[in-house]
Order: sequence, then structure tokens, then C-alpha cells
Amino acid sequence: MAPILQVENLNHIYSAGTPFEHAALTDVSFQVERGEFIGVIGHTGSGKSTLMQHLNGLLKPISGKILLDGQDIWENKTATRQSRFRVGLVFQYPEYQLFEETVYKDIAFGPKNMKLDAQEIDRRVREAAELVGITAQQLEVSPFDLSGGQKRRVAIAGVIAMEPEVLILDEPTAGLDPEGREEILANINAYRQAKKATVMMVSHSMTDVARLTDRLLVMNGSRLVMDGTPAQVFARAEELLEMGLDIPQITQVFLRLQQMGLPVEQVYTVEQVVAQIKKLTGGSCYA
Amino acid sequence: MLKDITLGQYFPGNSPVHRLDPRTKLILLVVYIVALFSAGNWVSYGVVFAFLAISIAVSQIPLKSILHGMKPLVFILIFTGILNIFFTAGETVLVSFWGISITLEGIIRAFFMVLRILMLITGTFLLTYTTSPISLTDGLESLLGPLKKLHLPVHELAMMMCIAMRFIPTLIEETDKIMSAQKARGADFESGSLLDRVKALVPILVPLFISAFRRADELATAMECRCYQGGDGRTKMKLLRYKLLDFKGFGVGVVLLAAVFVLGSFGL
Repeated sequence: MAPILQVENLNHIYSAGTPFEHAALTDVSFQVERGEFIGVIGHTGSGKSTLMQHLNGLLKPISGKILLDGQDIWENKTATRQSRFRVGLVFQYPEYQLFEETVYKDIAFGPKNMKLDAQEIDRRVREAAELVGITAQQLEVSPFDLSGGQKRRVAIAGVIAMEPEVLILDEPTAGLDPEGREEILANINAYRQAKKATVMMVSHSMTDVARLTDRLLVMNGSRLVMDGTPAQVFARAEELLEMGLDIPQITQVFLRLQQMGLPVEQVYTVEQVVAQIKKLTGGSCYA
Repeated sequence: MLKDITLGQYFPGNSPVHRLDPRTKLILLVVYIVALFSAGNWVSYGVVFAFLAISIAVSQIPLKSILHGMKPLVFILIFTGILNIFFTAGETVLVSFWGISITLEGIIRAFFMVLRILMLITGTFLLTYTTSPISLTDGLESLLGPLKKLHLPVHELAMMMCIAMRFIPTLIEETDKIMSAQKARGADFESGSLLDRVKALVPILVPLFISAFRRADELATAMECRCYQGGDGRTKMKLLRYKLLDFKGFGVGVVLLAAVFVLGSFGL
């Protein structure tokens, strides 16, 4: 089967032709296979958000192509509009877009725009609400009466109610407490498993991307500089640090252990750490 | 795109026009407008135009930026021009059709009207391009100072104006973001009937108002935390003081006014 998304030589320049012009994306190419969970990391202003907004046709590239299921999303108007529904984009701080009187109506906004029938809309709203842990009673209250974390889950439900094949999230956990963060990440995983969806997540938390994703894209200065599994990417720890990026805390600890001469390998998840410690201590470990 | 709006934008610089006291610039703008409306002839218009041209040249604001700001006004200019060409009575009829005649007087009048509007707006643009919003409101507050005796809340008005100007770019950015987010959920602002399009604005306006209120609330708290209590007893870090440059500016203003009035008395 063809990859779900193909990005070919994408270029984008902001404020082209004015003194404020600057390149946001330079020659970015990659492919996304169905069902992958991809993490996108990079410094602020490296072009991550710009890249994400290209994938559902919100921004038009200066040059280059985006193929969704083999079809150019800019080929005609229908293709562009379809790409909005097939690639769901959750912006940063999505709770600031809520506008309806009730949570139910707000989640139904996307499906309504898809011109689905009332029954299908109802099914999708209830299913999306359940996936993000919003109860039936909460569906009838005003979204502005909810807590910050709940508002964000409603906003995410508003996008997943469109049942996109590709779900893109721009820093979905920014500004939440640890519990709220875990809940959002669990919601994303629940959607991914329920719909066999492809997920791309922009994040500043290296620990989260290391733990959850199968593949990492690293952006730096408008270019895609690394593309590989978390193991491959975090193996280049020094380059990442040079870009002003972080590496997971446990990876840092184990790098130091390596430098101190202990016979350990590079790690980036808790399971790997447990295995390494077991090996070091000869099997006795209470982790 | 929304981002291209240059309304009231400030171009930082260090030209003599930038360095003038904001009060001087405000007064000179009033003098310039009076001169512009008193001018009634080629020669006096020429003098006012020369003043404007020299000011722009000295300010080092690229002509391109000034012309760019004119774009939204093209319609008004064309409308004014056409109205004056067709509806000015005159003796020298050039073309006549369907009972409407175009006269030489009409064309001249239209030319002057369009020129007057253009010069009026260019002059005001020059002020906002060369003066930061903060010093502009400082200048306004100082000039309106005497009205405090009449218990007019001059400081509060100036502060409100300053805050409003400060938040224009922020709100534009916010609108852009909300529009993108709603588009990502399939909102369509470009097609449908007029009613559909008005309805399509609700998903933008509601979040925009909510965030504006939230920002206002946060700003009020932040100001209160720094003990802001209005204009009473408030001192300024940058005191406005007239310098030699300002007196030179006033000199030019006086010469401009005098020239226009003297030329006017000669009927030129």
C-alpha cells in the first residue's frame, strides 16, 4: 500500500517580497506510512508548526508537493477540502477555539461541516467524547464551565469526531499538569488504536516522544535534519544538544554512566533502563 | 493576508523626523492640514507638496511603504475623482453625452480633490510611521494637558489609546490563528450565501472576544500589581522636552503657513 502522506521538496517563505521575509521550510521531504506514530521535535521557530499546517492544506507551499494517499492535495478544491477532514490538525492551546453553547455542539462542529447526517454526527460526537473521557452529562454543559484540561480534551474531541485518518497534534500537552498530560496522551493512544489512525505529534517533551512514538522527525532552522527511530535519533545526542534540543533524562544519566566507564548501552525508555540495570547487577533488581 | 495590514505601523529609525518631539509633530501635522485646506491654487499646492516631499525625504521612510498603505484607499480616491469630474459645473465643456458634460473645471477640481486626500493621508501616515505609539500618546497627553482643568480624564484617555494601539497586532495574530484552527475543522469562510458567511464568523468572533476579555483582565491585574492608579501623581521616565530641532521644525511650520496665506492673498 502507498504511504498515507508523501511530502516532496516542500518550501515555504513567510512575508515573501517584503523586508520581513524569512524561510520557514527549506526542501523538506519525507513519507508517512499508515498507522505510524511520529514525533516531531525541534527548537521554537524551526518550522514544525508551519510544516504541520501544510499537511492539511491550511498553508500553500511556495514549491513542492504534498500527496495524501497518492493524490496532490492542491490538485483541485475538492482535494484540498477533503484533506482538511482526512488530516485532522489540533493546534496549540486548542481550548481557545471553543465557541459553542454546549460541549456537544462544539464537538459536532467538524462533523457538521462534513455534511454528515444527524445520526452519524450524533454517533461520532458520543464516540469522540468517550475516547477523551467526557461524560454524557458534560456534553450538555457550556464548554466555558469546564476546567483547563477538560476544555482541551473537548477541543481534541472536536477534531477526532471528524475521524481523520491522520491526526496531527501541535504540542497537545503544553501548559498542563502531569496528570492532565498523561490523560491527553492516553486519549491520543486510545484514538490511534480505535481507528487504526496515523498520528503525528509535535512535542518538547523528549521523554514523551521517546516513550510513545515509533519514529522521530527533527527540524532545525527550517530544514528536516533527522528522520529515524527514537533509538537512531537519540544516538546522536550531541548533535541534538547542539541544536538546543534536549534528550530524555534517562538517556542523559546513561550517557554520563558511559562516560564514567560503566559498560552500559544507550537507552531512552524505562524498560531499557530496567534491562540494563539487571544486566549490570546480574539479575537482582527491584524496579 | 491579515498580517499585511500596516495600519498605524511604526518604522523605527533615527532621522530628524523621528527625533522630533511628538508634540512638535502633532502640531506640525495640524499646521500642515490647515495649510493644505487653505491652499487653493497650483502655486500654494506646490508649496505644501514641497513641504510634504521634503519631510518624507528627510524621514527616510521608503516611498514604497507609504504607497502600500494607500492601497485600501484606492476606491475612495477613484470615487471622489469621478464624482468631481462629472458633477462640477463649468464653462469650458470638453465632452458632452447623455446630458452629462465633462468640463475642464471639473477635471481640475477632481485632480485637486484627489491630491488633497492623498496628501492628507500621506501626512498622517508619516506621523504614525515615524512616531512610536507610546511617544505619540505621551505627546497627545501633554498637548491635551490643559483640559485636565476641565476635569477631563486626559491621562486615562491617552492610556486607553496606547493600549488599543498596542493590541492591534496581537489581535490580528490571534484572529489569524483562530481562523486557521476553525478551517482545520472544516469551517468555510469563502463560499455560500451572505447569511452563510455572516454565520461563519461566529466561530471566529466568540473565541476572539473571549480571549480579548481574558487579555484585558490579565493586563488589568498586571497593572494593578505594579500599583497603577491612574494619572494622579504619576511621573514619567522620559520627560518630553523641546530641543533646538523642534524650534527649527516650528520655524518651518510658520514659514509654510505664512507662505500659503501670503500666496492666497495674491490670489495664487
